[in-house]
Amino acid sequence: MGNEILEQHIQSDYKWGFITDIDTETFAPGLNENVIHALSKKKNEPEWMLEYRLKAYKAWLTMKEPDHWAHVHYPKIDFNNISYYSAPKKKTELASLDEVDPELLKTFEKLGISLEEQKRLTGVSSNIAVDAVFDSVSVKTTFRETLLEKGVIFCSFSEAVQEHPELIKKYMGMVVPPTDNYYAALNAAVFSDGSFCYIPKGVRCPMELSTYFRINASGTGQFERTLIVADEGSYVSYLEGCTAPQRDENQLHAAVVEIIAHKDAEVKYSTVQNWYPGDKDGKGGIYNFVTKRGICSGDNSKISWTQVETGSAITWKYPSVILKGNNSIGEFYSVAVTNNKQEADTGTKMIHIGKNTRSTIISKGISAGFSNNSYRGLVQIRKGATNARNFSQCDSLLMGDKCGAHTFPYIEIKDKTAIVEHEATTSKIGEDQLFYCKQRGLDTEKAVGLIVNGYCKEVLNKLPMEFAVEAQKLLAVSLEGSVG
Amino acid sequence: MITIKNLHASVDGKEILRGINLEVKAGEIHAIMGPNGSGKSTLSNVLAGKQDYEVTEGEVTFNGKNLLDMEPDVRAKEGLFLAFQYPVEIPGVSNINFLKTALNEKRTYEGKSSMEAKDFLALVKEKQKLVELDGKLANRSVNEGFSGGEKKRNEIFQMAMLDPKLCILDETDSGLDIDALRVVANGVNTLKTKDKAYIVITHYQRLLDHIVPDFVHILYNGRIVKSGTKELALELEAKGYDEIKKEFENTPV
Repeated sequence: MGNEILEQHIQSDYKWGFITDIDTETFAPGLNENVIHALSKKKNEPEWMLEYRLKAYKAWLTMKEPDHWAHVHYPKIDFNNISYYSAPKKKTELASLDEVDPELLKTFEKLGISLEEQKRLTGVSSNIAVDAVFDSVSVKTTFRETLLEKGVIFCSFSEAVQEHPELIKKYMGMVVPPTDNYYAALNAAVFSDGSFCYIPKGVRCPMELSTYFRINASGTGQFERTLIVADEGSYVSYLEGCTAPQRDENQLHAAVVEIIAHKDAEVKYSTVQNWYPGDKDGKGGIYNFVTKRGICSGDNSKISWTQVETGSAITWKYPSVILKGNNSIGEFYSVAVTNNKQEADTGTKMIHIGKNTRSTIISKGISAGFSNNSYRGLVQIRKGATNARNFSQCDSLLMGDKCGAHTFPYIEIKDKTAIVEHEATTSKIGEDQLFYCKQRGLDTEKAVGLIVNGYCKEVLNKLPMEFAVEAQKLLAVSLEGSVG
Repeated sequence: MITIKNLHASVDGKEILRGINLEVKAGEIHAIMGPNGSGKSTLSNVLAGKQDYEVTEGEVTFNGKNLLDMEPDVRAKEGLFLAFQYPVEIPGVSNINFLKTALNEKRTYEGKSSMEAKDFLALVKEKQKLVELDGKLANRSVNEGFSGGEKKRNEIFQMAMLDPKLCILDETDSGLDIDALRVVANGVNTLKTKDKAYIVITHYQRLLDHIVPDFVHILYNGRIVKSGTKELALELEAKGYDEIKKEFENTPV
């Protein structure tokens, strides 16, 4: 009975798998210095940006693709078979530069993202500024003027390079240097767009900022960068969403996100990752190889990562916090769901450098089908980080007996005053729980949804309201048919 | 209400129920008693449709429909309620949310619209009183950290909320002290109407002092070996199950 339901649902599950038919300008596949020159020229970049890219590219050439250590399996990627730039062609008849091709507006509308400021989305309040990234370019950033009144800069990365070079030069690569790792180096060389935001001193950002990433073109990779700088005493809540068409080929998404929190600043970063996960046989889907890291550079600063990971064929992602400032706080709340043949190796790194630094890690893994779900996390307490505290809780929930859940915690303590706690549990979704729910009139899907949402509650509670509702639905959809 | 004919069921290939016949009419309370391992819990699980229980023979008609053809959730929505012997915990899911989902699923099935939040909360308040359930428990996760007695009272609370036609109480008295037993029994008695029927499964006579049955059946070796009125339970209490065992253990199946 279970398998029937499973088969019925899996194919039709991914509701975001459509393709937008739009004229694009796409580079031929291949990666070499000429491509980087062309890319930089396309974006009309200053010389220093081109040099940054080329330096990163040269470093990348000397690096080795990571294998073995992450608990994921995929064929070797042919980086010369990927196109590194694809952008919708600008229509000449559009009246102003600010105008967006209606086809693109429609696409984002279909994804539940409104690019018209006055328009309310279904179930989403209009109090969210959106940067919409379509393949290699940002097509529109809303509420820019409203935000600017408070001094908040929110724009595409490309625009920031042009308009705020001093900030980009100062902060880009500060947390994730180009040589950090293989995919970060690749990103630094070929990144196409992304979002930049700067919250000035003492400003509480008046609305939530968000970036929505959409991959549309085939044969391309998406390499975006996000840079968030929260100056002294400021606060911002940032949301990130992403989807891609349903295709048989694998597509690479190698992003870099950097967060800098100055003294007394707080950044809350929430992700609902919903890249196309591939079909039930593991065909197609996005390879999501992402480097996300923040630094609490000033005293009393705080960075909080919340992620709900339901998509991608392969996820390789460790949003981390460097706790440099005294009394700074790092948090990581994660729900990672894998179904069918998906594989996820995700977790966090909490690097305690300052005194009285605190970190919390709550990770909830859910594996179903034939999938593999790993938590990998590092808690490092450096010498001199007196009175550092960490609490980690890693729970795994198994659905069925063909999937795997793994926990790889690394703990390095160089200071005697540290207090580090680690708790881990693995449980199976109970037949008894399911039967109990069914006996009260809930069908299997409803019962699974309810039980899973209950299991993830601690994490879902951390999401902004609009996201929490979406995440709850997404969890139910991702696991549809996984229990018979 | 429910007619069970020659019901045979096995678990892992081992036959546990070996030809149960039982008819329960609306307004009636039937008690099923029997020693450990006689098949009491199997009977309730089979009626509720739990996986792992294979019906090998026989039929069950519930309000004119074939019960055995229905999924467990459909049986519930058709009005069959099982008060579990061991209610399970569902962490992170509040009792209220759970009940609201269950109630609205049933209403949707019946072609009714979902209940307004205000009406729902009023209903919760009313039914909570019935089993003297602390208001705080309604907001806690389903059965999580509840005492044994609270869990059982919560079952009756859910029963009251969902308003089923046929209630099966599976050893609801186990693990209850005298006071809790009285609370649970009072709840059941208050909910009793001429349209509802109860099947009360128990080891002991003591529950039947509070919930007085119209009929008592003794289950042994997967069959009902003796039926009678409430006096049968008293007789059984006096003699113990050994008498029954002696009398029926050599009966061929």
